[in-house]
Amino acid sequence: MNRLKELFHNKNNDILNIYFTAGFPELQDTEKIIKELDDVGVDLIELGMPYSDPLADGETIQRSSSKALKNGLQLDLLFQQIKNARKSTDIPIMLMGYYNQILQYGPEKFFDKCNESQIDGLIIPDVPMDYYANHLQEELERREIMMTFLITPETSDERIKQADTLSSAFLYVVSKSSITGGVNNVTSKQENYFNRLNQLNLKAPRLIGFGIHDRDTFIKASRNANGAIIGSAFIRMLEQEGIQGIKKFINDIRPIN
Amino acid sequence: MGQTVNNFRPTEKGYYGPYGGAFIPEMLYANIENIRSQYQEIISDTAFQEEFHHLLKHYVGRPTPLYFARRLSEEFATNIYLKREDLCHTGAHKVNNTIGQILLAQRLKKKRIIAETGAGQHGVATATVCALMGLECIVYMGEHDIARQAPNVQRMKMLGAEVRPALSGSKTLKDATNEAIRDWINNPNDTHYIIGSVVGPHPYPDMVTQFQSIISEEIKWQLKEQTSKENPDYIIACVGGGSNAAGAFYHYLDNEEVKLILVEAAGEGINSGKSAATSVLGTQGVIHGSMTLLMQDEFGQILEPHSISAGLDYPGIGPLHAHLINTKRAQVFAVTDNEAINAAYHLTRKEGIIPALETAHALSILKDIKFKEDDIVVVNLSGRGDKDMNTYMANTPKK
Ligand SMILES: Cc1ncc(COP(=O)(O)O)c(C=O)c1O
Repeated sequence: MNRLKELFHNKNNDILNIYFTAGFPELQDTEKIIKELDDVGVDLIELGMPYSDPLADGETIQRSSSKALKNGLQLDLLFQQIKNARKSTDIPIMLMGYYNQILQYGPEKFFDKCNESQIDGLIIPDVPMDYYANHLQEELERREIMMTFLITPETSDERIKQADTLSSAFLYVVSKSSITGGVNNVTSKQENYFNRLNQLNLKAPRLIGFGIHDRDTFIKASRNANGAIIGSAFIRMLEQEGIQGIKKFINDIRPIN
Repeated sequence: MGQTVNNFRPTEKGYYGPYGGAFIPEMLYANIENIRSQYQEIISDTAFQEEFHHLLKHYVGRPTPLYFARRLSEEFATNIYLKREDLCHTGAHKVNNTIGQILLAQRLKKKRIIAETGAGQHGVATATVCALMGLECIVYMGEHDIARQAPNVQRMKMLGAEVRPALSGSKTLKDATNEAIRDWINNPNDTHYIIGSVVGPHPYPDMVTQFQSIISEEIKWQLKEQTSKENPDYIIACVGGGSNAAGAFYHYLDNEEVKLILVEAAGEGINSGKSAATSVLGTQGVIHGSMTLLMQDEFGQILEPHSISAGLDYPGIGPLHAHLINTKRAQVFAVTDNEAINAAYHLTRKEGIIPALETAHALSILKDIKFKEDDIVVVNLSGRGDKDMNTYMANTPKK
């Protein structure tokens, strides 16, 4: 069974999803970080494919992306790194990145490579839903690669339902209209939005991301969905403390048992 | 505005052949959809059109002259007409679009305006209409361009705009556009993003094309008045994102007898590694929300372009132009930094007109095309050169 399916089958609360940029801080750190995140009990890894022009990302992910590219990370190497990591871990791994990289690599070749390195799902934030349905969905389903779409507080109910139907992995609930990297608290306005989602009878599991950065925001987000995604805060920790800092960072957010 | 052209209109989803569309993260969707669902109705409205044309006439100074360049024509043994967009208020064609978009922003009830700029002409044109309408204005500009287009930075500031430096990548137009898009994601409710060229997600390429199409609308009747012919044999325009070219071509798109010539920036040479010749060096991909031609490496990382002219220093091209090139409706030439400098000095000494560096690229190919004696050649003189005086003084003509 696809690892993502298994995860959401077995667990429906407090799911912790950690995003980090591949090839960062050092080129060879990808495997080490995957391994360490698995060891400390993280449920799901979202591995960022570093991009020259990350439109929806704030300074932190811009910085990690350009460092990773400078380190020499490119997709062939990334697939190799994940393949190696897979020898010792079964943690669900998704790739996240902008569509141009996939387009240039060749979508079918890219999806084959995902199968080869046992990648469980994809998040491609700038692929429109209708384009996905017309051009990519069949290819992904054939290879049992799951997909996740994003929704925001501005997304209409009708569109949320469409995203829910197309999201075979989980629905990515963007907590507020912003680029990545914020450190705000969860406001009552946001709670209203999360409640609105609760009433829509959605089928896909929901993880809340953007601005989730500490125990308090993780708990509040998890209360309103199946779990949460932490990205920029984790990368800032890596910048300061490196891989040794992972255990404490995760333990502070969700005690390791 | 959009009625006379049939073959090169985008589809409902904004496609020109395989190019165009809206490849945007969900965080931008509501903003874009808000415009997409209303823009055609708003700008086709009679009251909108009246206000737009009133401002173009009394504020911008349109129609701009179509000037028969006698000495240039003699030299190249043909008939060269210059469409004087440099005489628009603020000094370039960019203001045609910002007038249109500020009227749209008002109807969308937006209070805060953002823009990107390369040469600073679009930034100045945006700051100008914001001053005119009393709206807050923030312009993103690459740090490198802030240095090389200093006079325009000063103008924007005097007009009351805040100029925010873009510090990422090559610190030029591409990076300023990234920053403007990020700002828009963070401010989805009160802000309108005035894109400065025929780039970005649908409906921007079409909307900006329609606002700029006033250029070819005027060329048609002006040419008829002066030559009794409506159609030139050639229209020549420089292309960064492609807005002045789109405007100059628009009403001739369906008329295959009119040859459409795009001139892009070769920088230090197409194969020098320091170039912005997108049509040659580019391949299909997504940039700033649009499927088009762009300069990228084998892994889809966008490359940093180079051109001496900040307005052409962009690794992509509007989707309409990608389609015109792909279908061979338009032909593309590339002109180096040095050739552009030479052409700028040449026009200045021959006709007493100092062109913008961007425009100088278009002028440079007059020497490269074999025109017939009775050909009518229209060059779109997209802007004036005041902003480039530092570059012109530092780079005198050389062979
Ligand atoms: C005078 C002038 N011409 C041309 C351009 C290039 O833009 P576009 O290709 O959109 O006309 C610029 C851009 O800054 C400009 O200032």
